[in-house]
Amino acid sequence: MMIALLRRLGQTVFVLFGISALVFLVFFATPGADPTARIAGRNASPQTMEKVRQEYGFDRPLPVQYATMMKKLFITQDLASYVDRGELVVPEIARAAPVTVSLVCGAAVIWVVLSIAMGTLAAALKGTWTDRSLMMLGLVGISMPVFWLGQVANLITQSRYHDTWLFSWVPGLGYVPLTENPWGWFKALVIPWIVLAVMFIGIYSRVLRADLVALSGEDFMRTARAKGLSPTRILLRHGLRTSMITFVSLFGLDFAQLVGGGALLTEVVFGLPGVGRLTYQALTNLDLPLIMATVMYSAVFVVLANAVVDVLYLFLDPRVRDAR
Amino acid sequence: MTAEAPPPPGPWRQALRGLLRNRAAMVAFAVLALITLSCALAPLYARDIARTDPFTSNVAGSILLGRHEVDIMQPNDNPLHLGLSPIGPTGHAAYLLGADSQGRDVAARLLYGGRNSLLIAACAAVLCLLLAAAAGIAAGFFGGLVDVILSRLMDIMWAVPVYLFAISLSIVTVSQGLKLGPFVVEADSLLIPIVIIALVYVPYAARPIRGRVLALRQAEFVTAARCLGVPRWRIVLFDILPNVTTTLVVLGPLLMALSLLAESALSFLSIGVQAPAASWGTIIQDGEGLIYTRPMVAIAPGLAIVLVVLALNILGDGLRDALDVRDSARRSS
Amino acid sequence: MPAETIPMLPAPLLEVRDLCVSFPSRGRMIPIVEHVSFTLGERDILGLVGESGSGKSVTAMALMGLIDSPGVQITGSALFRGQELVGLAQKQLLRLRGSEIAMIFQDPMTAFTPVYTIGWQIDEQIRAHERLSRKQARARTVELLADMGVPDPARTADRYPHQLSGGLRQRAMIAMALSCNPSLLIADEPTTALDVTVQAQILDLIRSLRSTYGSSVLLITHDMGVVAETCDTTLVLYSGRVAETGPTDALFAHPGHPYTAALLASIPPLDGPRPHRLPAIAGAPPAPLERPAGCAFAPRCSYAHETCRDAPPPLVPLVPAGQAGQAGQAGQNTGAQSAANIQQQSAQFAACVLPAEGTLLLPRLLEADTAMSSPGGIILGLSDQGIQPMLSSAGEPPL
Repeated sequence: MMIALLRRLGQTVFVLFGISALVFLVFFATPGADPTARIAGRNASPQTMEKVRQEYGFDRPLPVQYATMMKKLFITQDLASYVDRGELVVPEIARAAPVTVSLVCGAAVIWVVLSIAMGTLAAALKGTWTDRSLMMLGLVGISMPVFWLGQVANLITQSRYHDTWLFSWVPGLGYVPLTENPWGWFKALVIPWIVLAVMFIGIYSRVLRADLVALSGEDFMRTARAKGLSPTRILLRHGLRTSMITFVSLFGLDFAQLVGGGALLTEVVFGLPGVGRLTYQALTNLDLPLIMATVMYSAVFVVLANAVVDVLYLFLDPRVRDAR
Repeated sequence: MTAEAPPPPGPWRQALRGLLRNRAAMVAFAVLALITLSCALAPLYARDIARTDPFTSNVAGSILLGRHEVDIMQPNDNPLHLGLSPIGPTGHAAYLLGADSQGRDVAARLLYGGRNSLLIAACAAVLCLLLAAAAGIAAGFFGGLVDVILSRLMDIMWAVPVYLFAISLSIVTVSQGLKLGPFVVEADSLLIPIVIIALVYVPYAARPIRGRVLALRQAEFVTAARCLGVPRWRIVLFDILPNVTTTLVVLGPLLMALSLLAESALSFLSIGVQAPAASWGTIIQDGEGLIYTRPMVAIAPGLAIVLVVLALNILGDGLRDALDVRDSARRSS
Repeated sequence: MPAETIPMLPAPLLEVRDLCVSFPSRGRMIPIVEHVSFTLGERDILGLVGESGSGKSVTAMALMGLIDSPGVQITGSALFRGQELVGLAQKQLLRLRGSEIAMIFQDPMTAFTPVYTIGWQIDEQIRAHERLSRKQARARTVELLADMGVPDPARTADRYPHQLSGGLRQRAMIAMALSCNPSLLIADEPTTALDVTVQAQILDLIRSLRSTYGSSVLLITHDMGVVAETCDTTLVLYSGRVAETGPTDALFAHPGHPYTAALLASIPPLDGPRPHRLPAIAGAPPAPLERPAGCAFAPRCSYAHETCRDAPPPLVPLVPAGQAGQAGQAGQNTGAQSAANIQQQSAQFAACVLPAEGTLLLPRLLEADTAMSSPGGIILGLSDQGIQPMLSSAGEPPL
């Protein structure tokens, strides 16, 4: 148990180190990304350049620079942006994170509920038209680029049908903090939630249906039928419960990637100042401290989510419980 | 049926037969072929039907619709008629879907953009499959240190959201191109998005391949080959690879669908296909500013993407059913 | 033993008549089970024997109403306590399944839902059919497990399927099947996936059920040894059709169908001179679509002749060689002695033309010297097809 835990910890640290080193190398080794020129401003004199270089430590060897940056990011937490001088990076992420978390959590609720309903219904009615149309609907959902869907949603709710009773409640683009105005928060996020959830509803309902259909051929499902249980109970208590093992592991990864910044296209289209958009801005500005910070934030989330999924696994699958 | 065909059909032919019977997959294939063909004929369309040059700005120009000469930039619809907006869908051969903000024919650009989008998606899918097959087979078959290194590398790639990963790579390369030893790739080359997209999806494709190889390595025919002293490269080439091909074939269309979506996202963020070249993603980006006045500019390429990705997914489903991959995957797990 | 247990004349527990099951494939109906009939009395153990693909499992699944592939066709009749099972509404089937008719499956490793404890799954079945509290249900579960010889039943109930050995799992499976006191237990290859020693224990358990729980058992197996050890009556299926049926002792002593005879011959003898090679039946059973018009076994049968090839031979009664003197009479007596009468005499039936033609197969249990005195022509015929070692298997055959 202890060894497994330590192993896990080691892996986590390794992954985090690997990512940070990779990002650092890519953005420092890239010609033209030299931060000195950016900080010093255009047409800066060689003296200024030299001064900046010394002040920021760009003249020191790369490993030292890397270590300094990591120390500033994790320990002293006073890493500052190169682009907006003085802007501290960690608080910036702390401001963006609630937006992303709000967006992703709401979408996750929608997609989990709807995909379970759709997948189970389709599996129960396997081979019927309901099944076929639900699965085709899911496939269409998977096939839509999320930023395009967002635009179309904006077109409908902000412009074309905004004046009808149906969408007159939709506020303009942007984010309203939950603590400020819960109802406004809800109204501002409903459309982004749905848009972000559409693709995942498609994926998850299809995966769940396939899993349930495959399970229905298993021996234990036949046993359950021979026991005289009702079809509903067999499907839900035996089939769906067993399918949850796959479902949860998938969900953990996707959820973490989204919270870690994977929802940036949705954030961009709906003007939500979340982590994804922040990362995107940092990347376009080649603002190395912010890039480093956002990528590390994202990686930490993914690694954390993996750990949570593993714990959930223990609850969901007794076989795994004994394997460790 | 059994009587007339003494040698039973091979697995590939059998799969083909199954695929041909799958009506949805055949429709999807026809749609794909049709779209590919029309995109391939883009120059013909631009020259002979629309009679426009979709790559030059045409803000001051006018076109002949029926017998009327019409300005491409029209007065705005707003009450004061302030400003100009490009012409909407005309219903004529010229500017069938209207113009974008630079007065270019959207319909013609759509076809030209499709060429790039489809080309990038297809090449990225193939490249990704090759890389993933190499990585998956190496990790699965040789195990040990190779597996550890590759698996950790993939872990690192997993830990960053795919799109963020692709965007980082794109930003680095788009500004100054790519120099890999003697190879120099121009910043606006299509190779850049191809390589980036292929690279980003390698972990997704390599994982199922590795799993399949791990299962195959335990298979008795591989053990038998080992016992016979067959060299390892021969086992990989003649025993493992043919059995992995079905997985690769099934992954192909699905990866192409993912690549198409990724390409459009990158181009939408203007770090994919670079102007003046177009792709469906760049056209959506062009249409972003016009979304409330001329929504067709963004809607048309989006619909094209949806159609192609949908067709690819259906084809992938059909292939999987025909090749029975899911079944064998389940058994091996 | 079998002759004694047959009661006066009650309605049989299960009476299957002309059961046919066909599955659609590429626009054609493929008959998997054809005209299977049998009767199972109270507290009887009936063995359904056949190789894989002979339709034994499909027969059982059809009785349980567990076949739900689209387009499947089930005809004939299966009266369970006078209630027709074929075409019974799902709702009523649900009530019967698990409470009146229970089933045990071949592979105990995969037959339990992996994410629930054994006890939870048994409780579930009890509570599905009876109004009991969770506690009461668990009490019965533990009691059942104890009855099945599961050590430390209370703790075993709280364990997950993967934590138990195959034998324990099969015991738990049987406990679950018996949890609602079913009058019919269908056991589909209950021992195939188990070790030989565990097999014997499980068979003992199944045999004891009739006295402790008063259940009848329909035992499906491909193992002649299991049948001989366990069953009162035996039904041999070949390619979806009944080849032979009769009391186990009689059937083993005097197989009336060449297929049964060949099957029995392939069991290695325990004593006597060791046969040079164990006989095997040449060829393979026909695929359902390629069944010949006549007897399905004819292509592999050394006795096959013209009459076998026109139509499937009907089941004809046949009398053991011990009563050979009456054999001719019984065989021709159609009117006076009714079928029921013959049944009561526990007569044996074979779907073969040989008995009607007066050719009797070699009795199997006879001493070597008596075997020698049997009709010579048959012995010659046998040697061709490799059934000949039957002769050398002197003494008691292994069961």
